Amino acid sequence: MGGGTSSYQEIEDSDLILLWGSNARETHPIFFHHVLKGVNRGARLFVIDPRRTSSAQWADGWLGLEVGSDIALSNAMAREILDAGLENRSFIEHATSGFDEYCRSVESYTLERGERETGVPAESIRKLAHEYARADRAELCWTLGITEHHNAVDNVLALINLALLTGHVGKYGSGLNPLRGQNNVQGGGDMGAIPDRLPGFQHVESDELRARFERAWGVEIPPKRGLHLSGMFDAMEEGKLTALYILGENPAVSEADQGRAQRLLGGLECLVVQDLLMTDTAAMADVVLPAAAGWCESDGTVTSSERMVQRVRRALSPPPGVRDDLDILYELARRLGSDWGRPDPKRIWDELRELSPMHRGMSYERLEALEGIRWPCYDESHPGELFLHSRLWQEPLLGPRAPFSPVEFEPPVDELNERFPLRLTTGRRLDSYNTGAQTSSYSSPLRRGESLDLSPEDGERYGVLEGERVKVVSRRGSVIAPVRFDTGLRPGLAFMTLHFPDEVQTNQLTIDAVDPKSGTAEFKASAVRIVKLAASQPG
Amino acid sequence: MDLHIAGQSPDRDERSAVDSVLGPLQAGKVESYHLQQERPDRSKRHLLLPVLHAINSRVGWISPGALNYACSRLNLPPAEAFGVADFYGLFSMKPRPRAVIHVCDDIACLIRGAPAICEQLAGRLGPPGAAEPSSGLTWLRSPCLGLCERAPAALVSAAGPKPWECALAPARADALLAAADQPEHRPEAPPVPTSRSVPQQGQPGLRLLRRVGRLQPESLKDHLAQGGYEALRRAVELGPERVIREVMDSKLVGRGGAAFPAGRKWEAVYRARSSQPVRYLVCNADESEPGTFKDRVIMEEDPYLLIESMTIAGVATGCERGFLYVRGEYPLAFERLSHAIRQARRHGFLGKRILNLDLSFDIEVRRGAGAYICGEETALFNSIEGYRGEPRNKPPFPTEVGLFGRPTLVNNVETLVNVPGIVLWGGRSFAAVGTPGSTGTKLFCLSGHVGRPGVYEVPFGASLASLLELAGGVGGSGRLQGVLIGGAAGTFLSPRELDTPMTFEGTRAIGAALGSAVVMPFDDSVDLSRILLRIAAFFRDESCGQCVPCRVGTVRQEEALFRLFGGDVQGIGQAPLQLAEIGQVMSDASICGLGHTASSAIQSALARWDEFSGLRQGLNPDH
Amino acid sequence: MEKKKPAIQERLPFNEPAPCPTVPVPPGPIPAPPPAAPRDQVTLTVDDKTVRVPEGSTLLEACRTLGIDTPTLCYLENLNPVNVCRVCVVELEGSRTLVPACSRRVENGMVIRTDSERVRLSRRMVLEFLASSVNVSTAPELQAYLEQYGGQPERFGPAAPPEAAEEPGTERPAVDCPTDGRTAATVAQPVKIDNDLYIRDYSKCILCYKCVQACGEEAQNTFAIAVAGRGFDSRISTEYSVPLPDSACVYCGNCIGVCPTGALMFKSEYDMREAGTWKESDQERTDTICPYCGVGCTLTLHVQENQIVKVTSPLDQEVTRGHLCIKGRFGWQFVRGKGRKK
Repeated sequence: MGGGTSSYQEIEDSDLILLWGSNARETHPIFFHHVLKGVNRGARLFVIDPRRTSSAQWADGWLGLEVGSDIALSNAMAREILDAGLENRSFIEHATSGFDEYCRSVESYTLERGERETGVPAESIRKLAHEYARADRAELCWTLGITEHHNAVDNVLALINLALLTGHVGKYGSGLNPLRGQNNVQGGGDMGAIPDRLPGFQHVESDELRARFERAWGVEIPPKRGLHLSGMFDAMEEGKLTALYILGENPAVSEADQGRAQRLLGGLECLVVQDLLMTDTAAMADVVLPAAAGWCESDGTVTSSERMVQRVRRALSPPPGVRDDLDILYELARRLGSDWGRPDPKRIWDELRELSPMHRGMSYERLEALEGIRWPCYDESHPGELFLHSRLWQEPLLGPRAPFSPVEFEPPVDELNERFPLRLTTGRRLDSYNTGAQTSSYSSPLRRGESLDLSPEDGERYGVLEGERVKVVSRRGSVIAPVRFDTGLRPGLAFMTLHFPDEVQTNQLTIDAVDPKSGTAEFKASAVRIVKLAASQPG
Repeated sequence: MDLHIAGQSPDRDERSAVDSVLGPLQAGKVESYHLQQERPDRSKRHLLLPVLHAINSRVGWISPGALNYACSRLNLPPAEAFGVADFYGLFSMKPRPRAVIHVCDDIACLIRGAPAICEQLAGRLGPPGAAEPSSGLTWLRSPCLGLCERAPAALVSAAGPKPWECALAPARADALLAAADQPEHRPEAPPVPTSRSVPQQGQPGLRLLRRVGRLQPESLKDHLAQGGYEALRRAVELGPERVIREVMDSKLVGRGGAAFPAGRKWEAVYRARSSQPVRYLVCNADESEPGTFKDRVIMEEDPYLLIESMTIAGVATGCERGFLYVRGEYPLAFERLSHAIRQARRHGFLGKRILNLDLSFDIEVRRGAGAYICGEETALFNSIEGYRGEPRNKPPFPTEVGLFGRPTLVNNVETLVNVPGIVLWGGRSFAAVGTPGSTGTKLFCLSGHVGRPGVYEVPFGASLASLLELAGGVGGSGRLQGVLIGGAAGTFLSPRELDTPMTFEGTRAIGAALGSAVVMPFDDSVDLSRILLRIAAFFRDESCGQCVPCRVGTVRQEEALFRLFGGDVQGIGQAPLQLAEIGQVMSDASICGLGHTASSAIQSALARWDEFSGLRQGLNPDH
Repeated sequence: MEKKKPAIQERLPFNEPAPCPTVPVPPGPIPAPPPAAPRDQVTLTVDDKTVRVPEGSTLLEACRTLGIDTPTLCYLENLNPVNVCRVCVVELEGSRTLVPACSRRVENGMVIRTDSERVRLSRRMVLEFLASSVNVSTAPELQAYLEQYGGQPERFGPAAPPEAAEEPGTERPAVDCPTDGRTAATVAQPVKIDNDLYIRDYSKCILCYKCVQACGEEAQNTFAIAVAGRGFDSRISTEYSVPLPDSACVYCGNCIGVCPTGALMFKSEYDMREAGTWKESDQERTDTICPYCGVGCTLTLHVQENQIVKVTSPLDQEVTRGHLCIKGRFGWQFVRGKGRKK
C-alpha cells in the first residue's frame, strides 16, 4: 500500500517537521497551515531544498543542497546518527531487516563527504541528524523534489531508511508523507491506475488476487504488468505502441523533453483525448471526447495525501455536449459490445468495496456522515487508520519486518559542464497549476508569467538584467524567457515553472531521464546555459 | 517567515537610524537569503518601539523605506509594524516638518492661556499640522503634557542627526517659534526653580519629596551621600520574604489609580518562582492622566530613588529584568533615568552581582510615544513587546500572565518610591501614618485655579479643603465653581463637597475615586461645558479603538454633549438619556479602565448640573 | 538556433520486473492519538439553571449547552476569541463590570445572568453603536440582533456626510474638531477595488479583527493586513494603505471567509450585487473537493443559475477549518471558461 503514513492533525502535534524537496507553502498551502500550527506551537521545522523557498523562510534550519544530492544527504545523516549512537536500536531489532547491510552502505557517507556532495555544511547535516534522531515525534514530508528525479524511488527509499533507523514511523506524530500534487493522484493509485496493480494496491501478477477480479468481472486479466507513462513513450519510439487513449492529461506540454513527446504523439496512428478543456494534446487528437469536470460536474470520490477518501459532488450541469467520464466509458463499452447498464457512481464504488479489502468499510453513507475516511478501512465498524504501520510497534511484531533498502548516491543525469554550467530546476507557484490549463482562466494578481529565475549574482556574472529576455539552452532544446532575480536562489541555480506553455515551453529544456521503478522523469535537474540575445533581436 | 517587503529601500539616514538601535547589519544576513541557514530571530520585536523612535527623530516621520528596513531587520511584516507605528500620537506616518511644536490644550492649560498660544501659532503657521514638510516647522495640539503646575505648556521636538526635545512651561508663542526655528540647536530652556513644582520643597515631614531640590538629580554620589542604597542593603539583609512581609504590613496600595494592595502582587509574583523562573518587573511611568505630574517630578528630581526602589522590588520578588516605561512626552525624565541607570550599572548597583552579591537585576528604559492607553498595564505590556498598545482581557492578571507571557509585577512610580521607606523603617511604622484604609503619605497634583500649583505630599486624611488651602487657596477669581479630582477619568465635586477626606475610602464614599490624585479647581468664570467637551474629545482621541463600547461610545458621547450644550440641534431632549446610556455601556462593557471611566467626569458634572453655573452657559455663540 | 540534441543516452532500463509481494500485510491495531488529559467538570449557574461543563470551557459554551441564545459578532469557532465587539457580555455576580461570554472561562460557583436589564442595555447599545457608524446592509446577522434588542441606531442623528469621514488623517483632533453633534460620525468611505478577485468596503467594517486573525497567525500567516490607527480612526490596513497588489496579500480569501458583514466580498458577488443579479435565495451550496493539489480541501460551491458565484469551506472541516488558498478559492473560472465545448 502506498500512501502517506500520517494524518494532518499529527503534523500539528509533532515536535519536528522535515519538508524535503517540498515548497508546501506554495504548492500545498492548506497542508502548510497545519505545519504552521505546529511551528507556532513550538515544533522545529527543517526544510531541505536547493532553493530558499517561502517554506524555507519559516524553517529553523534550511539545508540548501545541490539538486539531486538527496541520497548523499540522507546517507550522511544516517551515518552521523549511527556514529552518535542515536539510532533506535530496539525498534530496529524488533521490526526491521537488513540493518547490517544498510550500515555498511552508509559507511562511506561521512559528514565531509556529505558536505562535498550536497554543498550543505557538515555542521548543518550533523545538527539535523541529531535533531531528527532525538525528536520524540518527527514527520518527514516530501514532494516532487524527491520524486522528479531519475532515481526517484531510491530517493524515497533513502528517506524510509532514515525513518526506520530512528523509529519515526507507525507512531502518532511520526511518519513518512509524500504530499500529492493532484487532488486524486493518490486515488488513482488506490484504484489501480498503476501499471502493476489492481484496485486496492493488489498486485496484478499475483494469481490469487487476479483470480478474484476475474471471477467478479467475468473476464480474463492480462497477467503481466503494463507500461507506465515514460515506458509508453519509449514503446511509441520503438513503434510498439501506436494508439493512445488519454484521459485528463496534457503530455504534449507536461512531458519532459517536450519536443520528443510531441513528435511521438504526432506519430501515433490513433490518438483519443478525453478532457474537459481543449488542451494542446487534445488539439493533436484524432478524436476528442469532451468530459465533465470531475470535481463539480459529477459524483464520485477522491483520495487525499492523508489517505482520506472524500466525496466529490455534482454542483453544476456540464455544458451541452459534454459528458461525464463514466458516461463516456460506459458508452464506449457499449459500442465495443459490452452493455454495463446505466452508470451509477455508488454502484461502482460498492463493486470496488467488494474487491478491495482496504476500502470495504467505506460505504457512501459513512463517507457522507464522517466527511471522509482514511484507508485502510476493513469493515463498517472500522474508523479508518489515522496513521499507518502501527503493527511495527506491536509485541510481538505483526507481519513481516520492514526492510532497510541500501541506496547509493548518483548525481543527476544531465551533467553540468562548461557549456551547460547552470542547474535548472522546475516547480510550481502558489497561484498556478501545472500547465496552466485550469489556472490561466482566473485573473490572479500574483501572476507574472514565465521567467528564468536566477540569483542576482548570476545575473551579474552573465551580464543580464532583470526583465531582459534571454535564450535558455539545454542539450535538448531552447526557449526564450525574461530574467527575474530571486534572492532565494544561490549562484549556479536557475528556476522555471511549467505554468505558461503559451509563453515559454519550459519542457523543451527538461530531460526525460526516467526513474526505472516509477517512470518519473527528472524534471528537477537539467543543465542549461544562458545566451544573451542580440540587442537588435525583437524582444 | 516569508516576509514580503516591497517598495522603497532605505536611504543612508533611515538605515543609520535603525542601525543605531539594532546595530549595523552583518553582511549577507538579510539581503542574501540564500546564505542564511537559520530562521532569523523573531524575538527582537520588542525593539520595534525604540526603532520607531529612532526613525521618527532622525527623519521626522516613519518613512516607508525606513519601516521596510526595520521590518527586514526585525523579521516583521510591514503591515503589522505600520499598524503599531500608526497607533502612537508622537509618530507621523506622512512627511512632516523637522520641527514640531506640541501645544498642550488640555484642561489645565485650556484655562491658563493655551487658546491664546494656539491662536498665535495658527496665525503664523496655519491650522495645526497644515504646514508643508519643506517648511521646516509645524505645530500640533497635544493632550496633557504633565506640566500643569506651570501651565500653559508646550513641547518642541526637532528631528535630524542630532534630534532634541524640549519642554517649555510656562510657554509663550514667540519663544516656541524661536526655538523651533533653529532645529539644529537645542534651545536653552529657561531655568525653573524646583520650588515651582514642589512648593513644599525643604519642609520637614516630607518623605517622598524629601530630597527634591536638595540633590543633583544626575549625581549618584549625591544619592549615596543622602542615604542612597541603604534601603537596598537593608532589603538584602532582610531577604525576599521579610521584605514582602513588610510591604504587606505597610498596607501600601497602588498609587496608579486602581488602589490594589501592593504586597499581594509582590507575593503572587514571588510565589510563581517555582513554576516560572523567568518573571518581570515593570514600572509604569506612563503618567498620562490629564492634570497629573507627580511621577514626572520624582523622575526628574530624584531618579535614583526610583531606580533603587525598582531594584528592591526586583530583588525581593526574584525578577531579574525590569522595564521602566516612561511617557514619551517626558524627555527630561527619560534622559535623567537613562543616565541614572547607566551610572548605577557602572557602579555595581544594577546588572550581575549587585552589591557584589549573587544578585542580578537590570533595568531597560522604554519610551512611550503618545498614547494615554499605554498607562493601562496590559496595554503597556503590549507596547513594550512591540504590539499595538491595546489592553488585554483580564483575567488572566499580570501576576500570572504578564509581560512576554510571564508573571509580572507592575507598579506605578509613586507606589515604588514608597518602598525604601517601608524597608528602612518597617511596614508597621508606614501604616501608622494616614488612615486605616489609606496608609502613608500621598502626592497630590494641584493645578488649575489654585494659588500655588504643584505637587504636595500630605499624610492621608487631609480634606479637599485643606489641600486647597495648603496650595494657597482658590485662584482665578477666587470664587470656586467646582473641583475635578482624579483627572479626566475622575469626578467633579462641588464646593459643598470640600470636606471630603482625600483618602481612598473617603472619596469612594461619595461615589468618586482618588484616581491619580489630581486636584484641579475651576473658578466661576470657567465655561465648564468647554472643559467637558475637552474631556470627551480626550477620550475619543485616546480610545485605542479595540472594543465597540469605547471606540464608538467616546464619539457618541462627544456628539451628545454638543447636542446638550448646543441647544438648537435636534434630539436635545434625548441627550441626557443618551449620555447616561452611553456612559453605562462604556463602564459596563468596555475591555479596560479607559472605557470604564470615560464617562465618569462628564456624568459627575451633569449630576451637579444645578451647582455648576458654567455648565448652563452652554457653548459660546462664536464657537 | 542550436541544433537539437537527442535525449542523452544514459537512459536506464525500465519496467524491470520487481517481485510481486506475496502475503498481504496483516492489519495492526487501530491507531489512535494519545489520550487527552481528563478535564474536570465545573458547575455554575446561568439564569437560575445549573450547568456542568468541562473545565476550560467558556461562558458562551456553557450558555449554548443550556440552549441560551447569546449574540456574537467577533467570535468564530475556528479563531481564538478576541472579545472586542462586546455584544456577548453577560452579568457575573461579584464582578463590577459585565464579562464577555466568548472568552471568559467558567469557574465553579459562578452565577451568571444573560438577560438582565444591564445585559440587554449593553447589547443594545453595542448594536446601535455599530449600526449607526457602519453600513450593515449586508450583515443580516447583525440586523437580526438589532431588531431582537430593539435598537434604534438613527437616534444618534443622521449619518455624517462622507467628506467628514474620509480616509482618516493623522492630525490629532481636539476641541475645535468638525464634530458638532448635528450628525453621527460614520466610517463611510469609498469601496477599495484594486484587484479582480475581491473587494474591500470598509464602510461595512465593524472591526471584529477576524480578517487580521485569518491573515495572520491563526491561519494564513501572511500578515498582509493589520489594524492601524487608533480609536474611531482604527481601521484594517495594509502598510501605508497600499493597494493589495503592492502588499503581501496572497489572495487566499480567508479574510472574506471570516468577514461577518460583507465588507470583504468576492468581486464576483460584488459585481452581481451592483448589477442587481445576486439572488442568494436561489443559490444552492454543494460540498466537493478542490480540483488542484492533493491536500483534499472541501470546497462549498455556491451556485446560482448553474454558475459558481463564490467558494467557501466549512469551518468545522478538519482539513481546512474553513481556510483555502487562492486556487481553491478563486481558481474555478475554467469550468465556464473558453476551451470547453459549448
